[in-house]
Formats: sequence, structure tokens, C-alpha cells
Amino acid sequence: MKKKQFTQILGFSLLRTCACAVILVLAVILYDIASKGAVVINWKFLTTMPADGMTKGGILPAIIGTFLVTVITAILAIPLGMGCAIYLNEYAKDGLITRFIRMAIRNLSGVPSIVYGLFGVILFVQLMNIGTCILAAGFTLGLMTLPWTITASEEALKNVPNSYREGSLALGATKWQTIKTNVLPYAVSGMLTGTILGLSRAAGETAPILFTGAAFYLPHLPKSLFDQFMALPYHLYIMSTQHHSISKVRPIAYGTALVLIALVFTMNLFAVILRYKLRKVKME
Amino acid sequence: MDSPKIMVRNFNFYYGASKALKNINIDIPENRVTGIIGPSGCGKSTFLRSLNRMNDVIVNARAEGRVVLDGRNIYDEDVDVVDIRRKVGMVFQKSNPFPKSIFENVAYGLKINGVKDKYYINETIEKSLRDAAIWEEVKDRLHKSAFELSGGQQQRICIARALAVQPEVLLMDEPASALDPTATLKIEELIQALKKKYTIVIVTHNMQQAARISDFTAFFMLGELVEYNLTGIMFTKPSKKITEDYITGRFG
Repeated sequence: MKKKQFTQILGFSLLRTCACAVILVLAVILYDIASKGAVVINWKFLTTMPADGMTKGGILPAIIGTFLVTVITAILAIPLGMGCAIYLNEYAKDGLITRFIRMAIRNLSGVPSIVYGLFGVILFVQLMNIGTCILAAGFTLGLMTLPWTITASEEALKNVPNSYREGSLALGATKWQTIKTNVLPYAVSGMLTGTILGLSRAAGETAPILFTGAAFYLPHLPKSLFDQFMALPYHLYIMSTQHHSISKVRPIAYGTALVLIALVFTMNLFAVILRYKLRKVKME
Repeated sequence: MDSPKIMVRNFNFYYGASKALKNINIDIPENRVTGIIGPSGCGKSTFLRSLNRMNDVIVNARAEGRVVLDGRNIYDEDVDVVDIRRKVGMVFQKSNPFPKSIFENVAYGLKINGVKDKYYINETIEKSLRDAAIWEEVKDRLHKSAFELSGGQQQRICIARALAVQPEVLLMDEPASALDPTATLKIEELIQALKKKYTIVIVTHNMQQAARISDFTAFFMLGELVEYNLTGIMFTKPSKKITEDYITGRFG
């Protein structure tokens, strides 16, 4: 009896340690970046251009670049991903084509991001000839986000009870009416939650934008979506590995990292709030 | 028998390779309650869902034969399934109000059928709720969520929702199976009142209930229609031994 209890406590503690380790990792990363990055962050840092060979000044163009690219990513990934999820969950019959689509989605999520980058160069930059620019990079990231968007959206659709669909069909609604009025309203916040999580990942990616539009340094802000841009993750990469005096610009690198993490966390927080709201609606 | 509202002829139904309904022939009379009884898995619900083609949504399912509603086979290719379902309403076993207000629940069928006239919608909602014998209980909270109601009330909201689109036939799949005796009694009284206006087909697991509320009773077993007759005859002198065994509770 005593031994049994001891084993239980031991097992419990081990499992708890595993769980706490995750928090520890996050805490260490956050502490490191926050403590070293916070010193450079001020209004000027966020709102001015880099100066003196990027050893001084702010990171405004990188913030704006990442923002614009993420918007393009969302514009591509949200309709395409949601549409695909609606088709798969509501319309597709289980057949060869459906299985093929699902297999494709599973495999897409396993493609390394650098490969997406190369694909983006070929498809958007060269074949569609839109050049290295915000649009090309956003589209590339959008494609990369698709598997997440689709999977999360499908999950949200699956959470809508089938009785809503049947109840609506039994009243003489068409399939599309049923989806539009009695399924999507209850799935859309879940779909958005997953999509935002995908977008927040995309916002932090470097490899897919490396060849498709991100620039080492630009003296001015992008004037259109067909211009090259600076981005937070790429800027961070440059500041920590490619700059001519890495040690001198280290604080700027940390500041950039902090801004990037804050951006990603804000997006995730937004997703969490959405999910919370969704749960509340469901319980009502 | 009175003029049949629905005539089912040589009807078979398959889930993949397994045959769930075997050569069903039955006439369902207008403005009467037809009860469907039988042990679990006998095809009662499948049969019911064949009458408004709700089985269409099931993957790999296939229907064969004819279900003739007002002289028209609802499985003909040029029939719009949406029209059939508006004419043949359905109440499900588990009450399934939508996560909307009581008002929106009952108005749902009208709105998807393109009704815009606010006055008409308000009128119809009140009438449907009255017909479903729940108006008095909800009239002061029409804009509250339907989820706040009790199980029995929710089921009557679902009945009102089905009535609002003015169907001619009402299919009910064990509508009282999840309810307590008081709520069950209310639903049963309601069914008696509704048959003046509607043709009702009700699946029930409860023999006493079938005896109480239905005018005709059909006994299904293993996908076959074993016996079909006036309820009075079915429950006093059934012509088949197996019907008698089931009704007297020797199996099931």
C-alpha cells in the first residue's frame, strides 16, 4: 500500500516536471529577450528608419514590412483555407479525390519552409512575373499557412453538431443555406482562431520570404505591394549573423526579437480571446 | 382506409451492401396518426427518414422503389428535395433547437424559404407556438435563447419550428423518448390535436404510447414490415404470432 502510494507520487511528480519544463523554456527565452531587448525599445525605435549602416535608428520599415506581408498572407490563406475546409467537411464525399486532397494537405504541412521559399520564387517571382516583392512573399507565406488554416477550420466545422445541419435541411433549406445560416456562424470564430495561429507562425518565418521579397536594407518604405520590403524576422537574422559589426548591433537585434515576439503573442492572445468567446456562445 | 397521403411501393433501402429496408409496401392515411413500432435496429428510423429523403445525406446509402406523396414519387429525378422536406416536416428524437432565440428558431424555416413580410412572420410564429402548445410558456421571452428552456419545452419549440413552414406531413422520430412523463403526456396530447391538420407518422419505442396515440400501427422487424393495421386490431388480435409476441413484451 505504502509502496503503491509512493510510486504514484513519484510518477505524478515526474509528469509535472515535464509540464513545468515547457514553461521554464518559455520563461528563459522571454526573460533573455526581454531583459536585453527592453533597453533599446522606445517610441523612436519603433517609428524611425535604421541609420548609420543599421547601427543606429529604429526598425520601422521591418515592422511595416512584416505587417503588410501578414495582411497579404491572410488575404490569400483565409478565403482559400476556409473554402477548402468547407468543401472537405460539408460537401466532399469520401472518395479517391477527397483522399488525395487530404493527403496533399498532410504533406504540405511537412514541406520545409525553405522549399516554400524556392517554390515562391519560381511560381510568383518568375512564372507569374510579379518580381521579388511584398505580394510574392505574402503569397508564399499564404501557401505555407494553408495546411494549418484548413485543418483548424475543418476542426471548427466538425465541432458544429450535426443536428443543426439536419434540423435545417429538414425545414427545406438547401445545403448552402444550411451551411451559411446554421453552420458557419457557429464555426467562424473557431476557424479564425486557427487561422490567426497559422498567421502568427507565418509572421515569424524567414526562409519563405528570403528569396521572394525581403531585402537586407532599404533606405525608404515600400510604396506599393510590388516593392521589396524589410521584415522583422529577416532583420533579426541579419542583425545577428550578417551585419559587419554584430556585437555593436546586438541590442538592436534583441529589440527586434522582442518586437517580433510581442507581435506574435498579441496575435495568439487575440486567438485565445476568440476561442474563449466561441466557447461562451456554445454554452448559451 | 381513407385516401392515402403517402403510398410506399416496393421500397428497399441499403447502407452500403447491407439492406436496411426490404420491400416495404404501406399506405399512410391522411390526417391520421400512424405509429411505427419494432425492436431496435429494425429500420423504423430509416423508414421514417426515407419519407422526406433525409437519408440522402448519408454516404453510401441507396434507395430503391417508390414513395408516392400526393401522387408523385419523391424519388423521381426531377423532384426538388427541398420542396419535399418543406412539405414533409420532421421532429427528431433528440430535441435540436438551434443556438438562437426562440423567435429565431421558429422563424428559421420561413426565412430560408424567402419569407420577408414581418407581419406574416410574427403571425406565423405565434400560431405555430400556439399549435405546439407552448405559446403561453414562452410568449414573454421570445427573444431569449431556446437553450434556456427545459427538454420538453425545447422539443415543443422544435415542433413549432416544423409547423411554421406549414408542412402537410409531420414525421416524428421518438419525439418523447428523452422526456419525463409529464412532458411526454404534453407531447402526446399535442399529437392528438395536430392530426386534425397534419398527417403524422411517429416512430416510437413505447408500446403503450403507440396504443394511446396512433390510429394505425405498423410493426417492423429486421427491415421488413411484418404487420400493419388499425391500432385497435393490432393490439387486440394481431394476425401474426411474432407481432403478438412483440406487443406482449416477449422480446424486444
